[in-house]
Order: sequence, then structure tokens, then C-alpha cells
Amino acid sequence: MALYSEKVMDHFRNPRNVGVIDNADGVGEVGNAKCGDIMKIYLKIENDIIVDVKFETFGCGSAIASSSMATELIKGKPISEAMLLTNKAVAEALDGLPAHKLHCSVLAEEAIKKALQDYYERNGIDYDKAQFPNCESCGHCGE
Amino acid sequence: MTMRSIYLDNAATTKMSSTAIQAMLPYMSETYGNPSSLHSAGQRAAEALADARKRVADCLGCSPNEITFTSGGSEADNQAIISAAYFGKRKGKTHIISTAFEHHAVLHTLKKLEKEGFEVTLLDVHENGIVTPEDVAAAIRSETCLVTVMYANNEIGTIQPIKEIGQVCRDKGVLFHTDAVQAVGHLHIDVKDQNIDMLSLAAHKFHGPKGVGVLYAKRGIPLTNVIEGGAQERGKRGGTENVPAIIGMTAALEDACRNIDTNASKVSALRDKLICGLSKIPHSVLNGDAVHRLPGNVNFCFEGIEGESLLLLLDDKGICASSGSACTSGSLDPSHVLLAIGRPHEIAHGSLRLSLSEETTEEEVDYAINTVTDVVTTLRNMSPVWRDLVNGKSEFVIK
Repeated sequence: MALYSEKVMDHFRNPRNVGVIDNADGVGEVGNAKCGDIMKIYLKIENDIIVDVKFETFGCGSAIASSSMATELIKGKPISEAMLLTNKAVAEALDGLPAHKLHCSVLAEEAIKKALQDYYERNGIDYDKAQFPNCESCGHCGE
Repeated sequence: MTMRSIYLDNAATTKMSSTAIQAMLPYMSETYGNPSSLHSAGQRAAEALADARKRVADCLGCSPNEITFTSGGSEADNQAIISAAYFGKRKGKTHIISTAFEHHAVLHTLKKLEKEGFEVTLLDVHENGIVTPEDVAAAIRSETCLVTVMYANNEIGTIQPIKEIGQVCRDKGVLFHTDAVQAVGHLHIDVKDQNIDMLSLAAHKFHGPKGVGVLYAKRGIPLTNVIEGGAQERGKRGGTENVPAIIGMTAALEDACRNIDTNASKVSALRDKLICGLSKIPHSVLNGDAVHRLPGNVNFCFEGIEGESLLLLLDDKGICASSGSACTSGSLDPSHVLLAIGRPHEIAHGSLRLSLSEETTEEEVDYAINTVTDVVTTLRNMSPVWRDLVNGKSEFVIK
């Protein structure tokens, strides 16, 4: 299908890092089933390094591909680097997304940030709340 | 090895029959005159057009002068509704009754009329996707000018009690239009017997060409032009007639009508096999009534997955299908049809429509059952929604 780039189709057909981490250090879930997409990211963190990452996604082809690409982009990276991941970087790494699918890359960025926030909260680490999106008020779902 | 290709999207469009193609060819290369031209080349085309009009009228049970050729079902729906509405308005009647799950060609035309001051009542279609004649009767008021109810739904295939609704309208003196785009060529239609005042059809749903359709309007109903122009179609639809397409449509329609019973029994047997096979997938549900249903329509919701990813994976395995998910429509909301029969948003997103034709084989149906079952499992295994359902963190909607 010409709707998506080859890269999107590759990550959709063969998603990387699908699954669950049972003793995850941080978990982030964003989206809403009513809107048709939910992403959940699991992180394993050691010495500020993301040593493992898994995802589960309910959603369209680009949502699955965006999750897969986002996990690849942060795996093995320090938290500080993962915090810099933007939706734009996810979309570019996928060789672009159709305009009406860009919100999928936004969800991927937000799911990772939410998982990192969860890691900070669990470990009582101080962090700058302004750096994290407020998923409930993002308006992606048009509610 | 060539890629397997199984076309199960016949409700979207069909492959043209060789009968239709062969019928069209001479009207592109030989009899290519403009039917409005006075010379013999034009008059030969005009004769072919008149002959096609008579044959289409015979298939529907009406007179040739009640047939208007259009660019397709959408144009016919637009013109039928606008004509009936303006006809009503001249008599002070500005109320229109329709249903919540009509095609957008109908719903968007009604929206436009609402802005012009018409009042529209959209009837509930119930969980089985069927509106009752009693619902229609109860909604009719003294100022009602039109009832428009589709013959069969394009997404879930449910067949409406058209003859009975037509009777209710006739008894109350209200015009009755039906969008029969999905029904013509697949179900027996006789506009006189079934009390239909206006009907829309599109050729490409029964192996005819795209871009051509028909508006039937009973004698005495004044049509309002949607396209202004020349004197074609008794002045009611400007533009040089698409003669090749009209000839192709006529051939396809005659073919389809001649074989309705044979095709319907063959296709509905395959449909029921497919429904039976897909019903075995846990937490799946058939959308729309199982009995009052187009011979070729299968529509399911699968809990915990999203329809677009389902379509993409099926396409990878050679199956062309359709879904009512928001992602496939480019809007935020899933199919208005599935919402109208009461499916919650999250369930409507996980819908799949497979529409068969008489060319579909039993082997293809078997392959589709196995492939859909596999793909649904693959997607559920990566779905956080499914995990929560299985772990009891949330409750299944589809038991």
C-alpha cells in the first residue's frame, strides 16, 4: 500500500521490542481505546541507562510502527538522551508519516516520557514536571 | 509463485464483467457520436441510449421516461432528495425522515437541506440494523414531504422492509426514496410492486463500469437539476451522456437480474460459511441481522484490536477487505453505521467487512477464515487492551 513508507511497513510487519517487562522500572500508557489507539511502554533502567524496552500497542499500522521505531531509538541510551526524543525524530526515522497519522508519533514520544516519569516517581527522583506532557489534556482525542 | 489475491471488497466496487466490457467497446470506437447531434452518427448513439433506457426500465419495472442517467449513486441520491424536498417545500412541507445509518451521499445532502431550513428526523436502526415500518409511520407528520431509507446497508448488509415502508408512505401521501446502490442486481426489485417512488443505483456494484448510475423517479415527481446544462435527460441533467458506460451498465444489469436467484443462493451459502468460521474467533460478533442480509455481506467486530492494522496485515496475505475504523476513514470517529447499531467506539474500531461476489470460491472463504483468525491473534498478542481484558483488569464487551 502506498499510504505508508517501506520503513513504516517494515516496522509494522516486523515490530521490534513487542511485549511486556514483568519487573519494569517504569511503565507509561497513553491514548484512549475510544479514539482507536493506546500505547504502553515498559522500561528497564540500570545506572540511568535504558537497558531494555518493550511495547504493546492497540492501534493502526502507523501506531504500531511508531511504537516499534521509538523503542529502537531509545534502547541502550541514557535517560537524558531518551528525554530528548521528539515525535518529529520518530516520524523522520520512519521516512515520514501521512499528515493525519502524525499523532501516532506524538503518542510514541508521550508514552516514553510517561514511562520515564513513572520511573522518577517510583524512585523518588526529583524532575522537572514541565518537561512532561499532560496526556489527559492533549486534545488528540478531540474530547 | 505469484502473490495470492483474494478480492473480498465487492461492496466497495466489483470487477467489470466481460459482458459489460464487450458491450461498451463499440460505443467508444464505432458508435461514438453525441446523442444530441442531428447527424446519423449522433442519432445511432441516441438510439442506443433510448434502447438502454428501455432495458434498464424493464429491469426495475418502470417506464423509460422515469429513468434519468447520472454519474452514479451519489448524484442520484443528491438529486432525488433535493427534488423531493423542494417539491415538498412548494407545498409548505419541510420535514424529511431518514435513518441514522444511511450513506453519506444521503446524510450530507440532508445536512445541507437542514441549513436551508428543512427539519430532518433520523430513525433508530436498532441493534439488528433494521428500521421498522412502524418506526416510519410513527415519525410521519402532516408536514413530512419525504421518507428516504436505504434498501440495504453498505457496511453491515442489512435489508430493510422496503415494500412495507413504501406502503406506509403511500397510505400517508409521502414520497418514498430508497438508496438501492447495494441492492440492485443482488435482490429482486420492482419499483411498482414495492411502492418505491424514487430509487438510486450505481453500476459498479454489479460488475458494471464506475461513474454511471440511475435515478428512477415516478412520473409526476418534478426533478430539480443538480447539474445545469443542455437538454439531455429531458433537461433534468445537463452534460453529454456517458454512452459507453450507460451501455455497459445496461448489459451488467440485465446479466445480474437474470442470475439473481442462482447468484444469491451460491453467494449466501459462502457468506454463511464465512460467518460460521469467523464466529469461532473468541470475543467476536457479527454486525447486523444474520437473516435479512445481502447475500455477499459479512461484517464482524473483534474486541481488543484496531481495524486498519487488521486490513494491512490481511492485505499482506493477499486479502482485500474493508473496515469501519476511524483510521481508515481519516476521521476521529469510527463508522457511523456501527455506532448507530449501538457498538461502542472501542468495539467499532475493530471492525472488518468482507464482501463476496459470485466469483468468490469456497477455497477462498476457507483461506479467509484461517487468515483472519491468525491475524486477529497476532494483533491481540501485541494489544494492551487485550491483555487487560484477558487478565480481568477490564471487562469484555463482546462476551
